[in-house]
Amino acid sequence: MVQLSQILEGLKGSVEGAVVSSETFRGQDVIRVEASTIVDVMTYLRDNCSFDMLTDLTAVDYLGREKRFEMVYILYSFEHNQRLHIKAELADGEKIATIEGVWKAANWLEREVYDLLGIHFEGHSDLRRILLWDGYEGHPLRKDFPLKGIPQKTTYR
Amino acid sequence: MSEKRNMIVNFGPSHPATHGVLRVILELDGETVVDAIPHMGHLHRGLEKLAEHKTYHQALPLTDRMDYTGALINNLGYSLAVEKLLDIEDDIPERAKVLRVLLCELQRIAAHLLWFSTHALDIGAMTVFFYAFRDRETIHDILEEATGARLTPSFIRPGGVAADINDKFIEKARAFIKSFPALMDEYELLLNKNKIWLKRTKNIGMMSAEECKKYAVTGPVLRAAGIKWDLRKAQPYCDYDTYDFEIPTGTIGDVWERYLVRMEEMRQSLRIVEQALDRLPPGPVMLDDFRYTPPPKEQVYNCIEGLIRHFKLMSSGYKAPEGDVYMSVEATKGELGYYLVSDGSEKPYRFRVRPPSLVNLAALKDMIVGRMVADVIAVIGSVDVVLGEIDR
Repeated sequence: MVQLSQILEGLKGSVEGAVVSSETFRGQDVIRVEASTIVDVMTYLRDNCSFDMLTDLTAVDYLGREKRFEMVYILYSFEHNQRLHIKAELADGEKIATIEGVWKAANWLEREVYDLLGIHFEGHSDLRRILLWDGYEGHPLRKDFPLKGIPQKTTYR
Repeated sequence: MSEKRNMIVNFGPSHPATHGVLRVILELDGETVVDAIPHMGHLHRGLEKLAEHKTYHQALPLTDRMDYTGALINNLGYSLAVEKLLDIEDDIPERAKVLRVLLCELQRIAAHLLWFSTHALDIGAMTVFFYAFRDRETIHDILEEATGARLTPSFIRPGGVAADINDKFIEKARAFIKSFPALMDEYELLLNKNKIWLKRTKNIGMMSAEECKKYAVTGPVLRAAGIKWDLRKAQPYCDYDTYDFEIPTGTIGDVWERYLVRMEEMRQSLRIVEQALDRLPPGPVMLDDFRYTPPPKEQVYNCIEGLIRHFKLMSSGYKAPEGDVYMSVEATKGELGYYLVSDGSEKPYRFRVRPPSLVNLAALKDMIVGRMVADVIAVIGSVDVVLGEIDR
């Protein structure tokens, strides 16, 4: 088990201006980082802190905040049997770099975030909708998307 | 006819071997797969969006409908996540914990039997299908005795389990423990030396441990690649660390080893079921906390305070503290995670499921490119995907 303070120290030394803040909630370590440094942060954590698996990648829509979206990355280290949450805030329309190059698992998970929340991943090799069909209008998991849905023009193919 | 072109084949969504409604677009050069693009979403019901509009209590039945082959394990994952959020995970009664393990392991055997039968059916071993389904029915009968439902019990709830079990359940479960090892031998007799089975599964669809980690593949596929990693041991919940069981592993991670790993897992699950039955302590099965759990039924029917408490919890729900939690359990397909964000209200602000099937399926392409079309069927079967969970 690597202490959060140790990870933070290393991260601050290696990726400049990355760390915004950190916290521990219910035993979960969370580091908030600058969205623009995400690839460097992930590469550092993979190579230097042995976080070798990207368990989950998702986003939350905080409608009304200045920076509307929050990306959430959940990492796991087999060696230390430890999880780490990385969060990054994004404004509406702001793009974030893909971490597909760090972990292949990010490919589909980022596609899902793009599909349901409409966040664009720069440099993604195959950014298409994954659950909804091509040509669908809107992103259902956004908070301003109504629960009953938006009627879609359906072209039967 | 001088130009050579690759053929595009739409494999699924209604092909029996695509397990539900998975559609894979295969680009074929002769019989060899050049490219494979899976298309999902035919079953998308927007469960995550729906859950954001329900109270924590009401969102539970949605979880059954994701991996419907292992519904109780889905219930457990969600319940544990909510308990972690409410910070009551240490207060859950002992009997409830043991019952959770007991039911989940029975469910795991049922889910593996479903995988086993359909996987064998895909490859052409039809008899196996009938044998395994017969025994899966037995498990469903047992689960029905406890939960009242066969497929979507919604039985494991935040705070404990919905009701206590009866003697008939114990009797049936004991009888099943006695009979199942012989049945396992029977299945293996049908397949383990079956030449066609061996040819169709050995050295097919290999994925190394390193690749598995990059793709975040978990569950039996990861274990078949040689990594001894099971959340029940790695990050124990429900006191799994006090049960005696082994984690089976493979070496090269082909279809054959995934088969062996899952078969052994059924045996180990049976061991856990037996231990759970033996240790079943007396006591309540639901936490009695006026903030979060409904009172026992006698109180609801016989005293006004109980009735009010029940009514309040069922109608307006309970407020969860602000924050976010990630909790995962070892489902039959791999790591099933729930990420809940609470804004302090009665409803989850964000309800995210980490579906093991979706993450595992992302690795499908690497497993089948360069192989024959017939192998695609064997590999999809061996990854064991449930589309209800992928599409949500």
